[in-house]
Amino acid sequence: MSPRSYGAGGVPAMAIGRRTMLKGMLGGAGALAGLPLLSACGDDSGGGGGASGTVTFGSNWSDDVPKKGIQAMMDAYGKGKVDINTVEHNSFQEQINNYLQGGPDDVFGWFAGNRMQFFAEQGLVGDISDVWSDIGGGFSDAMKQQSTGKDGKQYFVPIYYYPWAVFYRKSVWQEKGYEPPATLDDFKTLAGQMKSDGLTPLAFGDSDGWPAMGTFDYLNMRINGYDFHVQLMSGEKAWNSSEVKTVFDTWKGLLPLHQTDSLGRTWQEAAQSLLKKESAMYVIGMFAGQQFPEGAERDDLDFFPFPEVDSAVGADSVEAPIDGVMMAPRPRNEEGAKALLKYIGSAKAEDTYLKSDPNNIGAHNDADTSGYNALQKKGEELVSKAKTISQFLDRDTRPDFASTVMIPSLQEFIRNPNDIDGLTKKIEDQKKSIFGS
Amino acid sequence: MTATAVREAGTGRPHRPRRTGRQVRTLTRRDQLIVALMVTIPTLVVVGLVWGPAIGTILLSFTDWNGIGNVGDINFVGMENYRNVTTNYPPFQPAIEHNVIWLVVFFLGPTLLGMLLAVMLDRQLRGSRIYQSIFFMPVVLSLALVGFIWQLIYSRDQGLLNQVLGTQTDWFGDPDINLWAVLVAAGWRHTGYIMLLYLAGLKAVDPVLREAAAVDGAGEVRTFLQVVWPVMRPVNIIVIVITVIESLRAFDIAWVINKGRNGLELISTLVTQNVIGEASRVGFGSALATIMIVISTVFIAIYLIQVMREQRR
Repeated sequence: MSPRSYGAGGVPAMAIGRRTMLKGMLGGAGALAGLPLLSACGDDSGGGGGASGTVTFGSNWSDDVPKKGIQAMMDAYGKGKVDINTVEHNSFQEQINNYLQGGPDDVFGWFAGNRMQFFAEQGLVGDISDVWSDIGGGFSDAMKQQSTGKDGKQYFVPIYYYPWAVFYRKSVWQEKGYEPPATLDDFKTLAGQMKSDGLTPLAFGDSDGWPAMGTFDYLNMRINGYDFHVQLMSGEKAWNSSEVKTVFDTWKGLLPLHQTDSLGRTWQEAAQSLLKKESAMYVIGMFAGQQFPEGAERDDLDFFPFPEVDSAVGADSVEAPIDGVMMAPRPRNEEGAKALLKYIGSAKAEDTYLKSDPNNIGAHNDADTSGYNALQKKGEELVSKAKTISQFLDRDTRPDFASTVMIPSLQEFIRNPNDIDGLTKKIEDQKKSIFGS
Repeated sequence: MTATAVREAGTGRPHRPRRTGRQVRTLTRRDQLIVALMVTIPTLVVVGLVWGPAIGTILLSFTDWNGIGNVGDINFVGMENYRNVTTNYPPFQPAIEHNVIWLVVFFLGPTLLGMLLAVMLDRQLRGSRIYQSIFFMPVVLSLALVGFIWQLIYSRDQGLLNQVLGTQTDWFGDPDINLWAVLVAAGWRHTGYIMLLYLAGLKAVDPVLREAAAVDGAGEVRTFLQVVWPVMRPVNIIVIVITVIESLRAFDIAWVINKGRNGLELISTLVTQNVIGEASRVGFGSALATIMIVISTVFIAIYLIQVMREQRR
């Protein structure tokens, strides 16, 4: 039992370490199983709490620009102290399940639509209908609808949104004399022109799997309409229906206009090709501006709405994901949390945020538009004229379906667009197994 | 070494047979406590961190649990998950194939190369330490850094490789190529690892054996194959086991590149995609993990049988 014998023991300890790592990974699922038990305790003990005092705020706004915006917004809140815990954006998303079950912050950032409703349905988000009776007047019906759970109660306070559209550089278009096309036929003609001018018509990068969803959503809403989009996302309509096949078939016709080898390219790299004037257009969200250096080059960025495919359907659906905040089901400081939510749902708070991050548009009706740049103004106009607003494929449908079925399937389609029947059948089969459970 | 130690202890015992019984009884309180702790703590760690989760995973694989809610709410769905994995989950078959390719390539490439490097470096070359450091460097580097380095080399539009070769190959995006590109990156790490293990083994070979072989007139190659190689048997087994384990749990580089999709499907990345993150198909992911456990168990069993046979000898 001399201390030296611990040295000999060190070797097997290391060997255990190796195996634990392997098995720990294998048993990852089992390890997760233990967490809810712990979290259940945490939730119960967090019931009480004083009216005044600190409110904790879980922030997924981790990039420099949005982080400053959130900080500025909280600094301007006069009624109490807000403790901001910032978590890297993607990690926050990946850990959301454990986060919500393990005693989350009083107020935390999240996304609108089904992605909010999914967690609200499981009772992991706090009902804030009473907050909405105060702030509701400041938001459009579309905003309120996107903040409402399937049970008719409100769970979400929107801060801003960012429309998806077809982005381009004004200077390139002026030089070549291009005009924004209104219909898909015009769009194809224009793209042919661009090709003969030596440009790649559409920048495209789908290494991360989600950017292609934007193109799919727009084609689907232009061909089959917004209602079909909603029904398809909620699992009511079949993925191997003729409607969806038409979408893929139309997309197949457009694929030669896209940048090739898109599956190895990130959306940022694709945006760079637009910046470098190698590509002429890019179907992406307004955040693309982040890839353009501030000043002349960012001001050169412009967009037009995704063109109409079928005149009977029109082009008045806009994809504009909304970001905002939610409340924990049993916040430690409920009164403080609700006061903070009322503040976040005010025009003043949103203006403060947007001053730091002008790549988005305020969700509040009275958000100050006088400070908007040309792109923001145009985006606001696009959305306010829209009849229906969708979120995004991965926000409008079940998260498990979007990430484990749709991302691989869309990548499969981009790789081999010829087997649409087989692909849509595989999607539908998997959808049934996920939605059925 | 442990074997000889055991034997010595064994031979030592007969000289004081009566004492052993009394010794146990005369252990002080403190010693008893320490012995108890030394038995309990590792047992708890192994059961809690290895067996608990493994059995939990197997049980969960028969449920449709989504990671939310109490354990009591879990529905058992029988073999449903396994049926879905094998018949209704397109990435599964490529994942198995990729793991097998990974295993074969690792054996034929990096493992053999690592052994070769070790044999070369064992010959007291000048600057041997520097070479060792260079080859071992990738093993030390953090995963994020390794991913970043290869991104810089393989990027289609801005990467080093395409610039130097003047090609436009989509190294990471083309599903026919990216697995091989990743195998090069992973092999780069694995080579250094095997090299170090093997080098340590070679250093432990008694130089007298080599001298004897040289005196008997055996050449370098013959000495290695007929004298050194048989002596290295325990190290060889470790190298084989490590290569198998590394191939089965291959995960990090594929995950960094594209989360194991589009040609880079591996069982481990599929498990992670399903279990971690918003998806939380815990039941389904556990079924995948269980399949992985079963495959690993086969190799672990082979290894254990081998080791036990060794000890009996």
